[in-house]
Amino acid sequence: MASENMSKELHIKDVRKKFEIDNETVEAISNINLDVRSGEFISIVGASGCGKSTLLKMIVGLQKPTSGQIVLGNKEIKGPSIECGMIFQESRLLPWLTIEDNIKFGIHEKLSKNEKKKIINQHIDLVGLKGFEKALPSQLSGGMQQRVSIARALINRPGILLLDEPFGALDALTRINMQNEVLRIWKAEKTTMILVTHDIDESIYLGDRVVVMSSRPGKIKKTINIDLPRPRDRSSDEFIRIRKEIYSEFFKDEQIPVEYNI
Amino acid sequence: MEKQRNNKKIKLKNILETAYSLIIPVLIIVTWELLSKNKVINQSIMPAPSIILNTLKAMIIDGELGKHLGASALRVVQGFAIGASLGIIFGILMGLSNKVNKALSIIVGLLRPIPIIAWVPMLILWMGIDEGSKITVIAIGSFWPILLNTIHGIKSVDEKYLEVAQILEKSKIETLFKVIFPAALPSIFTGIRLGIGTAWMSVVGAEMIAAATGIGYLIMYARELSQPDVMLVEVFSIGIVGLVVDFLVVKLQNRLLKWNVVEKNR
Repeated sequence: MASENMSKELHIKDVRKKFEIDNETVEAISNINLDVRSGEFISIVGASGCGKSTLLKMIVGLQKPTSGQIVLGNKEIKGPSIECGMIFQESRLLPWLTIEDNIKFGIHEKLSKNEKKKIINQHIDLVGLKGFEKALPSQLSGGMQQRVSIARALINRPGILLLDEPFGALDALTRINMQNEVLRIWKAEKTTMILVTHDIDESIYLGDRVVVMSSRPGKIKKTINIDLPRPRDRSSDEFIRIRKEIYSEFFKDEQIPVEYNI
Repeated sequence: MEKQRNNKKIKLKNILETAYSLIIPVLIIVTWELLSKNKVINQSIMPAPSIILNTLKAMIIDGELGKHLGASALRVVQGFAIGASLGIIFGILMGLSNKVNKALSIIVGLLRPIPIIAWVPMLILWMGIDEGSKITVIAIGSFWPILLNTIHGIKSVDEKYLEVAQILEKSKIETLFKVIFPAALPSIFTGIRLGIGTAWMSVVGAEMIAAATGIGYLIMYARELSQPDVMLVEVFSIGIVGLVVDFLVVKLQNRLLKWNVVEKNR
């Protein structure tokens, strides 16, 4: 078990990331500071290329910040570990394994066969895929594959789950369904969640807070608290107001002159 | 009821497909037979299918064909086992390590373009005309396609899977056996399929030069006795064995790799 069902808090301190491309130094992320409370759901919204995926990769440990620190709980992140679970835009399920074997692949701890079977079934139930244990990933729809991916990412009870544009490849209706699924799983597991998305609505619907990132270099422009009760009404006045606020960070409203012919 | 009707439809479809694929072969055989009967084709160099069929029956009955095909097959099995093992081992080493790859790249680049037949005189010099030299020819023939396809398979394992393995704290060994090998298996199988084909083609070449048994030997012997019908029986048997072996390999491949569905309608 990674953390015995305890979700962790995350501190991102003065993180910068530079890349060397064609002998030029490109600053992808510049001076990010963010504190995520234990059990919180944070949405990071930004345009493509603003560095939000790079930020997630640094949190999960696949990349190192050029300077600054990322601390999970009380330990600095030095590399990938089972303390952080992550799901991506593609489900990244191993195509030669069945659903239950894919989830089994995630298990890190040395458990007996029966114990493993028990937690695999628990997680299959958690993501609502009972009955599909022996299916191959190619036999499932995109949404179902993502659910397996979530089950695999949560199997070690990580302190934090990172979601990198997880629903970008799904159709709009499935996307809404999956957003509700994620909320349900979050309520059940209480894991700290960080979601990265370019869908403004999604970021408001899911997050306790929405972090707006600007691009080139990536910086936190604004953090908005979402004080709406769940389940959220996407057409409520407050929701619309927040949507307008975030929208205006990306698009300047142009006044279109209206012509009158009298 | 619906299922029975569908099964009947599928069976009919299969029969029609098989019939369709037989049209051209049957047409060729019929035309060939007619032209032979009318002496348009010189019978002393290209006998009619009916004559070839009779010779085939005779050769099967007296066991000649079987005995020599068996001898060739044995050589192929032995040579292929050696060539495939070395091909996979070196393929894995070169695929996993850039250093090993760089170190061996010149030797590989130099030896690969050499046609296997060119090795035969050297091998006879080094190893004599015994089984050893023939098996080595076949091993060399099987080695190259398997080596190259294994390297390709290992190098093209999707990095996305490797990232998942890293996040799940999988050890390097675990990643190798549980992610890299299964992912590389389709390419390795392609190499094996090509390798078996090359192995079978190499055995005939090797036997034509120095052997006392085997299908290649039979062909040379029949040529010396001016028996074009025997030669043609042997030549076609080579093709038929090759076809059957390839068919079996593909069946095995489909069973082991049934997860390898190329996504068409996503």
